[in-house]
Amino acid sequence: MSGRELMYREALREALFEEMARDDEIFIIGEGIAERGGSYKVTEGLLDKYGAARVRDTPISEASMIGVGVGAAIAGGRPIVEILYVDFAMLGMDMIVNQAAKFRLMTGGSGRVPFVLRTQGGTGGGVAAQHSQSLEALFYHIPGLRVVMPSTPVDAKGLLKFALRQPNPVMFLEHKHLYMTKGDVPEGELITEFGVADIKREGSDVTLIAWSNMVPRTLEAAKELADMGISAEVLDPRTLVPLDREAILKSVAKTNRCVIVQEAVRRGGIASDISSIIQEEAFYSLDAPVQIVAGMNTPIPFNLTLEEASVPQKDDVIAAVQSVLHSKAA
Amino acid sequence: MPNKRRGNTPPKEVLEELFTTAYRIRNFETEGIKLYRQGLVRGYFHPYLGQEGIATGACTALEERDYIASTHRGHGHCIAQGANVDGMVAELLQKKSGYCKGYGGSMHIADISKNNLGANGIVGASTPLGVGAALANQIRGSDAVTIAFSTDGASNNGTFLESLNLAAIWNLNFILIIENNQYAVSTTLAEATRETELYKRGEAIGVESHRIDGNDSLVVYETVTDAVKKCRSGLGPILIEAVTFRHSGHHVNDPGKYMPEEKLKYYKDRDPVDRARDNFIKMGKASAEEVATIEAKIGSEFEAAVAAAKSADEVSIQEFREFVEGY
Repeated sequence: MSGRELMYREALREALFEEMARDDEIFIIGEGIAERGGSYKVTEGLLDKYGAARVRDTPISEASMIGVGVGAAIAGGRPIVEILYVDFAMLGMDMIVNQAAKFRLMTGGSGRVPFVLRTQGGTGGGVAAQHSQSLEALFYHIPGLRVVMPSTPVDAKGLLKFALRQPNPVMFLEHKHLYMTKGDVPEGELITEFGVADIKREGSDVTLIAWSNMVPRTLEAAKELADMGISAEVLDPRTLVPLDREAILKSVAKTNRCVIVQEAVRRGGIASDISSIIQEEAFYSLDAPVQIVAGMNTPIPFNLTLEEASVPQKDDVIAAVQSVLHSKAA
Repeated sequence: MPNKRRGNTPPKEVLEELFTTAYRIRNFETEGIKLYRQGLVRGYFHPYLGQEGIATGACTALEERDYIASTHRGHGHCIAQGANVDGMVAELLQKKSGYCKGYGGSMHIADISKNNLGANGIVGASTPLGVGAALANQIRGSDAVTIAFSTDGASNNGTFLESLNLAAIWNLNFILIIENNQYAVSTTLAEATRETELYKRGEAIGVESHRIDGNDSLVVYETVTDAVKKCRSGLGPILIEAVTFRHSGHHVNDPGKYMPEEKLKYYKDRDPVDRARDNFIKMGKASAEEVATIEAKIGSEFEAAVAAAKSADEVSIQEFREFVEGY
């Protein structure tokens, strides 16, 4: 450990600074990202360092901004399109789903789309139904996209740098609650490949799978569980596409129990898919049914108490762990 | 229709290229439809018949470094941008030797190596994609121009104005060509918008805009040549509305009964391929023999492409599985 601490947003910013220095083709467009430095200060200073050609503010034209990014990528550029909220990416779904995700296949592999869409989602203290969603399952469902959801500063940096060096369209989904969180980020080159899960805490009694902002929450739960004498392993897939199935199956084979924690609504979610993978491939190592702790099937309400009730909290995770531990296998 | 032809006679090579390209597209479509009727081509096939003048004139005005983005009616753009018919016929016949190895077909046909961003099944998608290519080129310091071929139908999609506006605020080397064939499938332009002179939409956001006869490849060529020059000197983007008419329905299985006969006759009397041939003969002083030689060559090149494609391999299921590994 270097002992150097950065905030999540600073780690992202460092990745952008380093990669833009390395590759002249990288540019970034978005609303209020140039002069203002972005709503979360991730792009602060980029305009001064890399100039107005490569760091551009856009009008409020999400569908076309995303399309322009996809077109630039097809033409050999390295665009990053920042969308303020993942909710707003819905305006550009044609470009994400019908263009970016399909272009390589439709051209038989001769066309590539090295396109990175950076955005953020999740509940965040009363920003209500149209600014609080966790929509990763929509992108997860579309073959051809990569879906990345870092939970720590070090992962945010390493994964963003890798995103800017690989040839596929990437949905890089940050979380509004994580920008101010701190963590160790070693100095020097740091690249984190896609498809490699990270064990955030080792344990032997139960595997807890979580991503994005559910990771710190699940780690808190694991800490309390430890006080209760329960050893929980916390696995963060870091990228949902590609998904590190091997790491998941290995952990479940060790602990024989699994709880999946997802902020997104339960219905049609990624947790359900991971659960189906586990039951299909690790059924005989399970001592209890896999449990899913997920968001309610609801738009996020403004009222803070109700907002909190709509997404998994620490105590929900603890209760689910207790339930799988008390469940007796036949 | 204002016919803004320049007074001077263009060089014979240009007239020859315009005729050759227009005829190659015409031949590809008429022969391609025969293959479709024989059951050799499956899926959708949107013929460019009647609109050949636009892709022909526009792409002839481009240099190798320039880009295009195409539409669902994309065979003509692909040919005009320099693709060979071998790769295109093989693609229609879903063969591995096709430009997209049979993964794309008619609606996604593209020769990427010729800076073609591809035909597109989503009406209107070419506009933002084309602006993106223009942006990438501006950022890398290239003076390359990108043409996005669009349609009257696509002009009522939100990204049309959004994207043109982005190109305008960034002064991109971008030319948006609306191929106004007066129908969105079967819906007339007059049903779809109150102001049917679509070039006015460009003027509304400060973009130099023109309305031209899309059935004369020479008019298109000269207008786009000027637009390319302007773009390269920093005066882009430019919008060109090229008025034309389909010779048939929306796709090969649409008889197009909603198209009034007298209007169809009007445009067939102004057939873009006949006019390119006339220009070549009259202005280029080409002999009937020269014309016949070109037509025969294009005919046999297509036949050879069909013969080669018929005996070519398809991508195997195993290769497909490997290709999408990690999706």
